[in-house]
This record gives sequence, structure tokens and C-alpha cells, in this order.
Amino acid sequence: MLMKLARLSLWNRRGTVLMTVLSLVISISLLLGIDHLRHEAKNSFTSTVSGTDLIVGARSGQLNLLLYSIFRIGNATANISWETYQRIQNHPQIAWTIPISLGDSHRGYRVVGTNQDYFEFYRYAGQQQLQLAQGVIFDDVYDTVLGSEVAARLGYQLGQEIVLAHGIGQVSFSQHQDKPFTVVGILAPTGTPVDQSVHVSLQGIEAIHIDWQQGAPMPGRRVSAEQALEMDLTPKAITAFLVGLNSRAATFLVQRQINEFRGEPLTAILPGVALAELWQMLSMVERLLLVITVLVLLAGLVGMTTTLLASMKERQREIAILRAVGAHPRTLFWLVQLEVLLITLVSMLLAMAVLMVGLWFGQDLLASRYGLFIGLNPIRQSSLQLMGLVLGLALLLGCIPSWLAYRKALTDGLSVRL
Amino acid sequence: MKVGQPVTDKPKNYVIELKNLRFRWPGKQGWQLALDTLQLEAGQHLFIRGASGSGKTTLLNLLSGITTPNEGELWLQQTAMHKLSAAKRDTLRAQQIGVVFQQLNLIPYLSVLDNVLLVARFANRTGGELTERATMLLQHLGLQDELHHKKATELSVGQQQRVAIARALLLRPALLIADEPTSALDADNRDAFMKLMLAEANESGTTVIFVSHDKALQGYFSWHLAMEQLEQGVQPC
Repeated sequence: MLMKLARLSLWNRRGTVLMTVLSLVISISLLLGIDHLRHEAKNSFTSTVSGTDLIVGARSGQLNLLLYSIFRIGNATANISWETYQRIQNHPQIAWTIPISLGDSHRGYRVVGTNQDYFEFYRYAGQQQLQLAQGVIFDDVYDTVLGSEVAARLGYQLGQEIVLAHGIGQVSFSQHQDKPFTVVGILAPTGTPVDQSVHVSLQGIEAIHIDWQQGAPMPGRRVSAEQALEMDLTPKAITAFLVGLNSRAATFLVQRQINEFRGEPLTAILPGVALAELWQMLSMVERLLLVITVLVLLAGLVGMTTTLLASMKERQREIAILRAVGAHPRTLFWLVQLEVLLITLVSMLLAMAVLMVGLWFGQDLLASRYGLFIGLNPIRQSSLQLMGLVLGLALLLGCIPSWLAYRKALTDGLSVRL
Repeated sequence: MKVGQPVTDKPKNYVIELKNLRFRWPGKQGWQLALDTLQLEAGQHLFIRGASGSGKTTLLNLLSGITTPNEGELWLQQTAMHKLSAAKRDTLRAQQIGVVFQQLNLIPYLSVLDNVLLVARFANRTGGELTERATMLLQHLGLQDELHHKKATELSVGQQQRVAIARALLLRPALLIADEPTSALDADNRDAFMKLMLAEANESGTTVIFVSHDKALQGYFSWHLAMEQLEQGVQPC
């Protein structure tokens, strides 16, 4: 009966109740959405690279090395000579390496010079290997394999010829126009920076720079694409390399040996540690966002309280009637709390539905625009905790109008001031 | 029909009995209401004439158990209301006391039938026979079946007041308190209302205390008192 009263009473005031529910739906879906994105972003972020035991680059900070080698953000301060790379590669503990040579770009997308090991050993999101959506892995010097986003955004097909630019700007004035590359493969989406990379062989990188010096074409010396193929295309240097060890137990030993390498100043980092450190910096923003959402939620709940408080005046009659038929003052307290509960539960369910529909529609957009892969199911332990928090806060704030109803029931009795 | 006579022994079969009742609002000086004695037997109906501000609201709050006297005794049948807790008085009101206001007696968003059955919920009574009785009462009061599932607000004021009577009498309470229930009705409606109310009260074996400032209604009652007389504890006129 009390439930029926609460339900019908709310329905009777559906105009204002609807607005209250609307504001709560917005704030709750915002809260759950941000929380969901937070977790998904962290997952996606920390799974950018896996299975790699060490990342080695020229001496620098670990974040810098992580950013340019994995996230294609920023630049290396120095290179690693090919000889050094060869020597470390032969270390008995090292199972495999993936060389990475950076510095060129194609219409804003970074060019990664590497070799076939990249496609064999690179792992992301657990044990996921890179998959080709179309075509094959590069074999020829002037072959290129595109990340999924590059191909999708620029509309490239297999067999198409593309020209690489020197440097990493969106607009570059120095193009390697004389040596175009042919698209031979397109990778499947991964949700990592691999999607935004243009992969070519180390020899290809060497070939396009063979007639360059100090970042500019050497005047008076032109080497055609065909001529370059005749020349020695062994790279002189690479930017960084990823290392897989025979045994994880040797990680710290090999790291120290590389860090203390006499031939050249090098830095070896553990990707997991560096990722965690980077995430810590980013999570400041994420936490701030969460705090703002909680405040938005609080505003929504205060709005609900205000609406219920305002309705108390017009409900004096209702209270007097219920008292006349024998309702206790505390029954009226629980009646209003029940209304709070109903409003909050309905809002939470609607918010969940809004969020799921939003994710369903937004998923493709996020994946294609930002390479972010977001799971559709926003229900997890933390979201259930947040829902509990919402409900608790709602009932706590609901005590204010409920208490007012209780007071009115107690003091006004059967008299109704019209 | 004994007002003003000293009562020394235990209450007998009175429906309502007041003894040396004193009431004051918290923080105020002097008694707001002082009633020495009032006894009402089963089936007796009492008309109390009083203007607003004459303490009749306080009396009704006391009789219905919303408030409790500071001194004195208040018996409803064999129950000492002055000794009951607030919660017990609320339950007693649901079970044994019907209340009808001047107007707007009904919860606007409930159907007519649900409004009548509302009292059963707080009296902890359920069952199909209650619905049957509610339907019957409504019919007796001239409210046809097609009105029973309409929202209360769709009815005329006269009809609403009759629904209020059906609700007040649903559980065959010992006492029906009516506070100017006819003030919103025109003369024809008022007459019909009074007759129906008293007929149904007799049918249910319910004693009526009717409060109004309208002397014209006195004729329906064999016993009438003015608020001032009541307070002075004088004999009925």
C-alpha cells in the first residue's frame, strides 16, 4: 500500500519528478560513464605493449623513452649505433629484439622503420599478436604495412603508392618524393599506437636517407630509387629496440648490463614500470574528472531534495488525510524515503540504459577516431560501489524532506491550513 | 446523556468518556481546553456547535488521538487513550475512529475505492470482504459502481464528502468525528448528506460527534452542545 501510495503520488507529480529524474540520469550516467572510461582507458593504456621485457634506447629518462618508442610521442635525443645493437642482440639471455627507427612521417602519422620480427614478436593486450587485415608483411625495400587507422582515415588501399616526409610535422616541406612506397599490407585494429603507424623496413629508411645529410638532401647528389637498391642499405643507427628475454628472471641483470654498457650511453627500461609511472601522471586528470562528476551528482541529488521539499507544502492535505486514517508520523517519513528510493532507482536504471546505448553508438566512433576500444558492459565492481554511493547519498539527503513530512504529521495533526 | 455529573466509578459502556480533561499547547500559559466531563453512550449522536477558535480543533485532535491531554482521562470504550503511546493511538484511530473533514478528504491521485480502502491498511486489515463492504457503502451513499474506479478529483464536492463517509465507516468504528463536513455543500446536498451519514452510522453501530457552527443542522441531533457549555461542564440544552 505504501509502495502504491509512493508510486501514484510520484505519478501525480510527474512533471517535476520527470525533471528530477532527468537531472539524476544525466549526473549518474556521467558518473558511471567516466568511471567506465577510466577503467577502459587504463586497460587499453597498460596493454599497449606486453610480452616485452625491456625497451632500450639512447640514454634518457624512462618516460621519454617509453613515449617515443611505444606511443610515438616526442623524439629521441640520440640514436643507437648499429654495431651496439648487433652486440647486445647477441647477448646469450636475449631471445629476440625488435629494432625501431623513427624520424619520418606520412601526413601526420609516424613512420616506423623495423623488420619482420616486429610482426612476429610484438604483443599487446596480453598475448595478442599483430594481425594483417589485408595483404602481406613488407618484403621489399619500398614496401609498407599500414596501421588500421592510417589506412581507414586516409582511405588507402593495397597497391597504392605513398610518399614519406622527413620529420614528424603534419605538414612537411621536405618529402622523400623520389622514393615512393607501395602499400602491401594493412594491419587489423589493435587499439594501440600501432594503428597510427606506417611500417617500413629498416632498409627502406636507409634508402630514402641515402642522399641526405643533416636532415636535408645533399645538394648536387641524387640517388634514384633503383640506384639505392644497388647500394649497401645496412642501417647505420636505430632509435630504440624492444627486447624479449629467454628468462624473465634475468630482466634486472640484463637491464643493468645494458645501462652500464661501455661502448655507448644506453638506457634500458621495464615497460610495465614505465607504463605505471606514466599512468600515475595521467590519473591525476582522471581523478579530477571523477571528483567533478561526483559534484555533478551531488548537484542532482540536492535538486531532488529541493523538489521534494517544495512539494511538501502542497502535500499538507495528503499528510492530514493519511494521519486521519491512522498513519503514524514515521509512516510519512518512510513514504517520502520510498519516493526518494523510487526516483533514484529509476534514475539509475535509466542512466545505465543511456550509458549502454551511448557506448553502443560511441564504440565505433571511439575506435575509428581515437583507436580506443571500449567494452560495452559498464557494470563492474566499482560501478556497483558507485551506485551504492548514489543510493546512500540520495537516502541521506532524502532524510531532509522525510523529516519535514514527519514534523508536519506530528505538529499539524488533522488541521489543514488552506 | 450525562454531562456534568460526577463520575467516580470505572467507565461503563460509554463509547467515549472524558474526565477532567486539561490541555495546553507546549510553551503556552493557561489551559487551552478544560473539560470536566462528557459521556456518550453507544448509538448516541452529539452535535457540538462552535465557531473557529473556540477550541474545537483541539477537542477533535484530542478525541481522535492526534494529541494527548496534559491532565485527565479520555476513554474510548474500554481503552484508556490518555495512557496510550502515540503509535498505539494512531492504530486505534485507524481501527475505531472515523474522521471526516470540511472538504478535500480524499487523496487526489487514488481511485475512489482505494481512498475508501486506505484506512484498512493502517488498521492492518485486509481481505475481500472489505472491498465488498466498501462497494456496498458507496452504493448506499448513492455512488454508483462506475464512479468507484474514477480518480477522487473527478467527483463533485458532494460526492467526495460521501466517499469520505464510506471511508470513515468502512471498519465499523466506534466513533465518527465529523468536522463541518457540510460546509462546502448547498442546502439540498446538505440535507441528503446528513440523512445518509446518520443512517449509515446507525447501520454500522457508530456514534457520531458532529462539529459545526451551523445551527440549522442541530435538528438532526437529539443532543447538542455549544463549545462554551461543554467547557463549563453544564447540562445539555
